[in-house]
Amino acid sequence: MGRISKDDVRYVAKLAELEIRQEEIEKMTSQLDKILDYVAEVSRVDTEGVTPVSHILDIKNVLREDVPKESVAQETALENAPDEKDSGFRVPKID
Amino acid sequence: MGEENKYQPVIGLETHVELNTETKMFCGCRLSFGDEKNTHTCPVCLGHPGSLPVVNKKAVEHAIKIALALNCRINEYTIFHRKNYFYPDMPKNYQISQYDIPLGVEGHLEIDMGSYVRRVGITRVHMEEDTGKLLHTGSTGRISESEASIVDFNRAGTPLIEVVTEPDIRSPEEAREYMVALRNLILFLEVSDCSMEEGSLRCDANVSVMEKGAAKIGTKTEIKNLNSFRFLQRGLEYEVKRQVEVLESKGRVIQQTRHYDNRTGTTKALRSKEEAHDYRYFPEPDLVPIYVEDKTVEEIRKTIPELPSEKAGRFGSEYGLPAEDCVFLAGDMDMADYFEESCRHYDNPKNIANWIMGDFSALMNKNGIKTISESRVTPENLCRMLKIVDEGKISSKMAKSVFEEMFETGRDPGSIIESRGLEQISDESILGSVVDEVISENPGPVAELKGGKEKAISFLVGKVLAKTKGKANPQLVVEIIRKKIG
Amino acid sequence: MNRLAGEGLETYYLTAHDLKDKLKKKEISCLEATESSFRRISEVEDRVNSFIRLEKESALAKAKEVDSLIASGGEVGDLTGIPVAVKDNICTKDITTTCASRILENYVPIYNASVIEKLEKQSYILLGKSNMDEFAMGSSSENSYFGPVKNPWDITRVPGGSSGGPAASVAAGEAVCALGSDTGGSIRQPASLCGIVGMKPTYGLVSRYGLVAFASSLDQIGPLTRDVEDCASVLNAICGHDENDSTSINRPVPDYRSFLKPDIKGLKIGIPSELMVEGIDSEVREKVTGVISMAEDMGAEVEEISIPSLKHALSVYYIIAPSEASSNLSRYDGVRYGYRDMEAKTLREMYRKSRVEGFGDEVKRRIMIGTYCLSAGYYDEFYEKARRVRAIIINDFKKAFGKFDVLLSPTSPTTAFKIGEKTEDPLTMYLSDICTIPVNLAGLPAISIPAGLSRDRLPIGVQVIGDVLREDNILRAAYSLEKAIGFKDLPEL
Repeated sequence: MGRISKDDVRYVAKLAELEIRQEEIEKMTSQLDKILDYVAEVSRVDTEGVTPVSHILDIKNVLREDVPKESVAQETALENAPDEKDSGFRVPKID
Repeated sequence: MGEENKYQPVIGLETHVELNTETKMFCGCRLSFGDEKNTHTCPVCLGHPGSLPVVNKKAVEHAIKIALALNCRINEYTIFHRKNYFYPDMPKNYQISQYDIPLGVEGHLEIDMGSYVRRVGITRVHMEEDTGKLLHTGSTGRISESEASIVDFNRAGTPLIEVVTEPDIRSPEEAREYMVALRNLILFLEVSDCSMEEGSLRCDANVSVMEKGAAKIGTKTEIKNLNSFRFLQRGLEYEVKRQVEVLESKGRVIQQTRHYDNRTGTTKALRSKEEAHDYRYFPEPDLVPIYVEDKTVEEIRKTIPELPSEKAGRFGSEYGLPAEDCVFLAGDMDMADYFEESCRHYDNPKNIANWIMGDFSALMNKNGIKTISESRVTPENLCRMLKIVDEGKISSKMAKSVFEEMFETGRDPGSIIESRGLEQISDESILGSVVDEVISENPGPVAELKGGKEKAISFLVGKVLAKTKGKANPQLVVEIIRKKIG
Repeated sequence: MNRLAGEGLETYYLTAHDLKDKLKKKEISCLEATESSFRRISEVEDRVNSFIRLEKESALAKAKEVDSLIASGGEVGDLTGIPVAVKDNICTKDITTTCASRILENYVPIYNASVIEKLEKQSYILLGKSNMDEFAMGSSSENSYFGPVKNPWDITRVPGGSSGGPAASVAAGEAVCALGSDTGGSIRQPASLCGIVGMKPTYGLVSRYGLVAFASSLDQIGPLTRDVEDCASVLNAICGHDENDSTSINRPVPDYRSFLKPDIKGLKIGIPSELMVEGIDSEVREKVTGVISMAEDMGAEVEEISIPSLKHALSVYYIIAPSEASSNLSRYDGVRYGYRDMEAKTLREMYRKSRVEGFGDEVKRRIMIGTYCLSAGYYDEFYEKARRVRAIIINDFKKAFGKFDVLLSPTSPTTAFKIGEKTEDPLTMYLSDICTIPVNLAGLPAISIPAGLSRDRLPIGVQVIGDVLREDNILRAAYSLEKAIGFKDLPEL
């Protein structure tokens, strides 16, 4: 218990660009705390000399020839845009 | 003022190079050059749900080339990492980049500062993808004054090579020279257009100052928006001065990112509170490792032409030329080849070098000729001229005029000399009688010469040249005069 | 009334191979078969809620095309004219793909997933997009913006997740077969809870291009079908190298149907003790033990094996999956597509509000966990550590497969639980995947087949796990056991 504090939660939420409302911070903190406490048990496993596996079949050197493929049309690229302006994706004031 | 001498700038540079491949780093979209917005995109570089990256082979080869040219060790295998942060020009809000196992490490680039050479360590060379472009609405186009921004993803996914130096640079001038040298090197490799104005070459600087002789290095700031060689130098000069002032007034330099403002020539801390980014790097699970075989590295190494610095070194040892000559000749591939070709026809390299660096270059500049092989003077003809001078058939002064005509017409020196009847008179008896004439006509200067006034000999030589219409061999004339006068 | 599959079976309950047969013999037209499926859908869908979106018009149009194709003697693949449901996290060009999330409620893909391209080449019939746990995060299909999916066997219970929609639609007779995705058991567990066959192929065998990413190193698309034979047919259709997916295996694809042999004499079957212990329902244990005896009777060599590192599988998974997910889901920011809070005045406000309003609770929780595990100061302790323990698990499985051809276990520790039963405590929900998760960590292929019904008439599944690229062994084992078990029950709906 006490693995993650409310401040930690606020900080992590900021990194993840999520807004957790005041009323929910408590609940979120306690839920995350429980989960993290459980998964933290991996720290007890002896992993001396163990290297992580990158692909189960050890695939390497997957490379693509530098040959152009057709891009999508401009309308298609903008099809799903929530706010389009001047053939671009508009976003509000960058803060 | 003197405070600045008390301090030593410590500068490291991070340079991003946009490659000139056909397609983007992780998808098959063509690279874009000022096209209509969002016309060079696809699900991958737009970061659509379910899209996946596939590495561009050519980009890897170019990256290896750059790393080799910078004397890096190529890692046995290299992997990509995700660098996570949110920004509207980021299609996935993570950039596929490299972290702890980059492509190349531990290299160096030597920069010639004239009176000394600075070896700048290259910490790493790695591959990543570029972001899209942001256009800020509003009249000034500046982010702080706009209400909205518009994103164009044409550039998103363009292959970028990042070159990071050790903090070995010790002055803003060195920083500029490093960038010039790096740019020349990469242009040489033909893997990028390397234009700071167009953004295919970008650099950020890390700057700190420390008291000379001190053990501890100072706090560094990151300077961004240095988008020309001039701004780079100016920006660094300002920042060094600023940091010195802070320290001299007993303040502390704050670690922060500062933006160079080219209107005022100053650096300013970015308005928003800059917390250190937590990029949460982790290995990119959608890509597999790249094992770089020695064979591949050697094949790529063979495609690298002899680098200017190597060539300059070789010129020094092979042709016995002094450093400044070597750097000048080797700096231009075409000129270097011209020089070496000339050396095959004539065995005084220094003489060839002098002519190329002197009269030849001057005429080229005057006539707007950029590459030496574009001129009308062939290496063979240049050498013929030099041999004619050596043989004393014309004076070196006369050679200048002959060369000018060679440059203009492309004719060989022999035919020019013949048609203008310029052959130098080296016949001692002929010269002897002219000298006798001059001596008898100019008793005054003769007396001065006898009296030890050395300047008088030039006067007398001039008279002999006038009588011979400039064809007298000047050295011989001097000898004869001295013999006759004593 | 128990309706057992067999003669006089409704068209919509036919297997794909039987339907193909009838289509070829012109005993039934594709249009009739498709209409039959849609009739069934209209009968039961309001009780099951397995679809987010139906594509009736285009499906019927396609069916007519297929009939022309068959009439003109054109080539008929295993899935030609077969009514299929596709999980809504697989991109279908021009057809809204939502991942059961508000944040993609109106997202229309501009491209087809590679598997969809393959199925289209065979002229499959797309019935619609299946409901699921949002972004594939869940074990009950309750985490859907479009309401929970109900288990056709008991609509007060969950069908399992996250491919609850695909599983329920096959179980209910709405679809002949379905495509789901499996990251920690999301195909197998719902198959088990719904009494059908579900399979996760070897990691890399099926292209992930167009599968909306949850956990990149774990996700795989796979079949949900009525029987093992159909499962093999779907594998034939969807497996294969894809140049758009760098993690895709580049080897020739065998004919998976050739492995369907009803004989497991001499097959070495291991029973991992770690997968038989934790909170397993007594009835589940009973049924699985029964299947083990059957296997022995058929001449297989069965032995218990202990793989201690499996005890850590859940922790490893709940670090790695959320971590990768937190990064994969960063792209949902309201800039290029998806839900955006249009009231937001600044960029950061737009990001935060759009994401918090667009994502459900479970998704937010996992993003938070993942972001934490990757953050500075915790990366080594959590993410990096988990990767290493994962390597140990992978190695331990390799050793186990040195001794055994396949491993056998329950698919789910329990039968279908009540809707709302496990939603209060996330951790309790996570434990539902205890038997399936280790398989994804090691990239192994595994299949779940129905072993029988509980006394409550709730399905119980048994899982067969194979070594990397050993679909041959698991298909053979599953096919043989399926025949021996003879499960023919259908839900009363």
